[in-house]
Parts: sequence; structure tokens; C-alpha cells
Amino acid sequence: MSVLFLLIGLSLIVAIVFLLAFFLSVRGGQYDDDYTPSVRMLFDDEKDNSEK
Amino acid sequence: MEIEKFSYDNKIVKLFAYATILWGLVGMLAGLLIALQLVFPALNFGLPETTFGRQRPLHTNAIIFAFVGNGIFMGVYYSLQRLCKARMFSDLLGKIHFWGWQLIIVSAAITLCMGFTTGKEYAELEWPIDIAITLVWVVFGLNLFGTIIKRREKHLYVAIWFYIGTWVTVALLHIVNSFELPVSLFKSYSWYAGVQDALVQWWYGHNAVAFFLTTPYLGLMYYFVPKAANRPIYSYRLSIIHFWALIFIYIWAGPHHLLYTALPDWAQSLGIVFSLMLIFPSWGGMINGLLTLRGAWDRVREDVVLKFMVVAITAYGMATFEGPMLSLKNINAISHYTDWIIAHVHVGTLGWNGFLTFGILYYLIPKMFRTELYSKKLANWHFWIGTLGIIFYVIPMYFAGFTQAGMWKQFTVDGQLQYRFLETVTQIIPMYALRSFGGALYLIGAIFMTYNLIKTIRAGSFLDNEETQAAPLSKVYEKAKNEHWHRWIESRPIQMLVLSLVIVSIGGILEIIPTFLIKSNIPTIASVKPYTPLELQGRDIYIREGCYTCHSQMIRPFRSETARYGEYSKAGEFVYDHPFQWGSRRIGPDLARIGGKYPDAWHYNHMLDPTSISPGSIMPVYTWLLDDELDTASTPAKIKAMITLGVPYPKGYEKLANADLKIQEDSIAASLKRDDIQTPSNKEIIALIAYMQRLGKDIKGLPAIPAKVKK
Repeated sequence: MSVLFLLIGLSLIVAIVFLLAFFLSVRGGQYDDDYTPSVRMLFDDEKDNSEK
Repeated sequence: MEIEKFSYDNKIVKLFAYATILWGLVGMLAGLLIALQLVFPALNFGLPETTFGRQRPLHTNAIIFAFVGNGIFMGVYYSLQRLCKARMFSDLLGKIHFWGWQLIIVSAAITLCMGFTTGKEYAELEWPIDIAITLVWVVFGLNLFGTIIKRREKHLYVAIWFYIGTWVTVALLHIVNSFELPVSLFKSYSWYAGVQDALVQWWYGHNAVAFFLTTPYLGLMYYFVPKAANRPIYSYRLSIIHFWALIFIYIWAGPHHLLYTALPDWAQSLGIVFSLMLIFPSWGGMINGLLTLRGAWDRVREDVVLKFMVVAITAYGMATFEGPMLSLKNINAISHYTDWIIAHVHVGTLGWNGFLTFGILYYLIPKMFRTELYSKKLANWHFWIGTLGIIFYVIPMYFAGFTQAGMWKQFTVDGQLQYRFLETVTQIIPMYALRSFGGALYLIGAIFMTYNLIKTIRAGSFLDNEETQAAPLSKVYEKAKNEHWHRWIESRPIQMLVLSLVIVSIGGILEIIPTFLIKSNIPTIASVKPYTPLELQGRDIYIREGCYTCHSQMIRPFRSETARYGEYSKAGEFVYDHPFQWGSRRIGPDLARIGGKYPDAWHYNHMLDPTSISPGSIMPVYTWLLDDELDTASTPAKIKAMITLGVPYPKGYEKLANADLKIQEDSIAASLKRDDIQTPSNKEIIALIAYMQRLGKDIKGLPAIPAKVKK
């Protein structure tokens, strides 16, 4: 059943990587604003593209 | 700060969109074929290439990796550019990614038809293709992270996080599960054996669903649903919680595929607990998606894109409610091995993946071709036919699953099993017919879409480079002219950390696995011996023909199973099984203890024509096994590979193996002759019979194994 520990180890590594990514993204200010990104993504500058 | 002018690459999106449509049709057609084969076995056509056991992996691989895979790339290449306000990192990498992936798909289709398979579900592709997948995945990663790094928008929108999570996890899963020892160009043995192999496989299998069919599509949902509805996601905060919660919980849920097996109880419980917890982020995400349309439900009535998306999100909710429920031991005891699981899976694939893909295609194609959709009416027809198709597919399959489970477990008042296995099969054939109808409806809907989109494409004019402009990120690092290339990564601590951790873990795995696992191949049941050369060859035929797609080799410790199949399966019985062949479904009976149950002649006739022995059987005929000669030239290499993997054949046995093989062949041919079957001893059928007659025999007739010996 040794492979179990390998899988748990790997899953832990992945989890830790994601945890670090989470902390770093919080610290980097990614989530300081949790409203406007959802609105901003709606606006694409679609200038000069309309043929009509 | 100066505004920069640049353009989005729509061409690569278009290519992936075309591929999505094409492979979707192919994959669904293969699905319809195998569904009909269960109703009309004649549709196996008596050819190896078209028989169920080879077509079923073709269907699953085509849908997962070709249809959904291209759908992911289509959506990612479109949304990532816009979310990052940057063109994709490299057009060339995009092209390599696209053509590499299509080449993989084509080679997968060919090799699966030819019977080159590792015998592990959803990971059937042989080692050269596995390597190609890894390389193309790395190319995708370079393009993905490259674009993220050169983005002009500081905030990473939640969809991008889903893409990152997908990329990292799929890379790891694929590499770990594809650990195999090549024997020849198109044959390899899984590095793991038995229970270990099963664990790795379902850790992979579950996470393939999680990180290939779910997380990337959630990313797409978070981009395309707000876009199509033209309103922000209901709660951005919830979407962030959704992502991080999902990603931390998903990877632990794998053991729920192995309840009631030799897996230690605590590991099973761990899997169950995490599976149950999954319902919270999943439903949080579903509610978030649906509530995005709050106050705009009137538009769902008009807008076909939104219709598809609403059904997709609803299906996601249903599947992710059902999943945790199926992980409960008492429900799993009933549902496992039955068609209930097939119904569950198809709620997810037809509903969630399929409908979201259709919605995105209906949104993207007119947009990129700067025109209106050719026919809204036809798209509405697609929506309703598709929805009906899902209903006609899943309801009969649920019914079939409940019927199977009920009949398998039914005892008479005298304590005898009430139904023969075959009766439980013939009982549900009408359900198989109905679900084929459902599948056909779904496919017809997809054909409508194809026609509609082709008409739209013809009418429109494609915009391959969409001009746009944005300000660059402030505080962008100014590159010195003569700096060392490594400076690039040094100024990016996050990327460096992630990269190095990924690299370190891959390196670690490569070192650890071999030493780690060979030791554990020491038999824990003394009477369990390695396969003879002929049995090993027979086992490879069993794998080649995809027998595991219908037959399990794992008897769970229930009275209804031990009464039907014999003593429940022990972990120690599988220590030489590279790969394991437990299967996940019983269209046919379990074969773990088939050895010695019937005479050799029975098997011979059964392969020639199953209905001659079991009238009403839906098993295909395997006449070619009676005609084709066994390739004994491969025996030494195979034995040698097994020795490398820790199977205790005597030293130098590979040189003697074929002599032993010949002796066993002759004895089986002689036994067949006693039953008036004349056959040369060098046919493939002889090897397969040898393997089948060995199955489960090693512990037969032994006294009940005390718990201690089981380890």
C-alpha cells in the first residue's frame, strides 16, 4: 500500500503549491478589490473592428 | 503611461473551434455505435477494430481529450487574451499546440482501433503518445504562462486561476499515472501492480474528471456566462472562494472509486469525507453561475446561448450533488459496477461539458465572423433536441442501473440468488435501446449546430487579428540590454517558486517510484504465483481486446457477490498484475474467479459465438482469436520487463519462457481435442484460455485467509 503515501505526498505537494499561490496572490493584492474585476471583464475595447 | 496597440489572435481560436466541432461529432458517433452494439451485437461487425472493447476507449478518449480538450483550448485561447489584455505569448507555440494535439488525437484513434492500449481507463494511450501529450501540454503551459506574464491587466480574473490550476494538476496526474515500462514500440506495462495500480489509476481517473472536465470548464463558465449575459458574475467573492476551495478538496476525493476494495478503511473514509465536502464549493459555483442571470431571466427565453449555458450549469449542479452521494458507502454498494454510473457521467458530459461547449460555440463563431447566427430557430431546435437527448439518455440508464443492482442482489426465500447474470443483462436491453435513441437525438442536435455554424461562417467575414489597445502594467521591469536570461525569472518570485516546486516534485517522483514500488510487489499470499508465459500473453490479449470495459475482476465482500462469483478479492492476489484489470462496470459478469469454472472447450466455443452457449448474450464474437497466431517472439521481452518490475521469475527465465509456453499450449490444445475441437496450438485463443483458466485460481481451495496475511 506504499503507493498511498506517494499519492498523499504528491497531493500534499500540489495542495501546498496552491496554498502558497493563494497566500502570494492575497499578499500581491489580487483580492483587495473583489467587485470591479467582474465588471471590468465585460468591457472589451472593440474599436476599429466593426465592419458594419 | 503610453497606450499600446496590439491585436488578439482569433485564428488559433477558430482552429480549436473547428476541431471541437469535428471531434465532437466523431466522439458522439463512436458513442452511438457502442450504445447500439449493446442492443444489436451484430454491429460489432465481427472485426477486431470495430468491436466494443476497442471502440469504447475510442469514445471516451475522443470525448474527453478531443472534444472537451479542444473546447478547453478554444475557450482558453479566446478568453485569456482578453482577460490579460495581451495577445497569446507565441503564435508559433499556439500552432505547435494545435497541430500537436490533433496529431495525438489521430494517432490515438488509430492505435486504439488497432488494440494498442495500456488497459487503464481514460489513460489507454500507449507510451509514445503519453510522451507526446506531455510535450504538447508543456507547450500549452509555456503559452499560457507566457501570456499571463506579459499581461497588461494586473488582476488575474478568476477564470485564469482555473486555467492555472488545470494545467498544473493535469500535468502531474498524467505523468504519475503514465509510469510504464515499454516492452516494444506500442506495448508497455504499468509500473505499478494490482492495488497500487488501481489506486494511482483512480487517483488519476477521478482527477481527470475534476481537472479536465470540470475546472477548465468552470473557468470558461466564469468568462463566457457573464459575457453572454452582459452582466457581471453574481458574486466575484464567491467565485474566488469557489476556486480555492475546489482546488484544495478535489484532489483528495479519488478513493471513492475504490470503496469496499482492498484499500485501507481510513483511506476510503478520507475519500468519502472530502467527496462530501465537495458539494459546497461545487454548489457555490453553480449558484453563482445561475444567479448571474438574476433579473435577466427574460433574456434566457430569447437567447439560445444563455439557454445552453443555464442547462449546462444546472447539469453541473446535478452531477456534483450526485457525485458526493455516490461516494457514500451504502449508496456506492448499490451503484458501483452498474449503469447508474454511466447515467451520472453523462449528466456531466452531455449536460455540463456538451451544452457549455455548444453555448460557447454559438457565442464565439458569430462574434469572430462578425455576423449574426445563421438561424436562431435551428439553434433552438438544437437546444430542445439536445435536452430531450439528455433526458432520453440518462433516465433509461438510471432505470437500468437500479434494475441491475436490484437483480444482482436479489435472493430467493431459500437463500439462493434469484437471477442468473444473463437475465440481468437481457432485462435492461430495452433501456439500452432507449438510451441509444437519446444519444442519437443528442448527435442530431450537434449536426444541426454544425450546419448552422457552417452557414454562419460562410455568411460572415473572419477577423483573424482583432485590433485593440491597452496601457501596459505600471512598474514593468525595464530590461537591461545585456542581462543574463535568468534575470527574467529572478524578478518573478511566484513563477519561480511554482516552477521549481513542479520540477522538484517531478524529479522526486522519478526517483522515488521505482525503488518504492518494487519492494511492495512481494507476495502477501504465498500461493499466489506469477503468470506463466502463456498466461501472460493471454492477459495481454485480454487487455488488447478491452475486456475490462465490460468485465470486472474485483469481487466485493457482499453476500450477493460472493454467492455469485466466489470468495471476495484480496489485495495479495493482484501483486503481479501490471496493469490491474479490476474494471469499473459489469455489462458482463465478474471474471476474478472464472478460472476452472468451465472447461477449455466452453471458452473456445464462447469466444467463437457467445450466443451458442448463452442465448441472448450481447457479448461480441471474437473469431479472429481462433485464426490469429500468437506472437511468441515478444515473450522474452515481456518476461524481462516483468522481472524488471519485480515479478520473481527465475533468473534468465526469459530464455526458457517460450519452451514452457509451448508445453502449456499443447496441453490446452490436447484438452480441446478431447472435446472434439481441432485447433493448432499456436493460436491466440489458446493463450487467452490459459489466462482465463488461471484467474482467481491461486487461492481457490485454500482455507479462508486469516486477516493478518492480508497485510
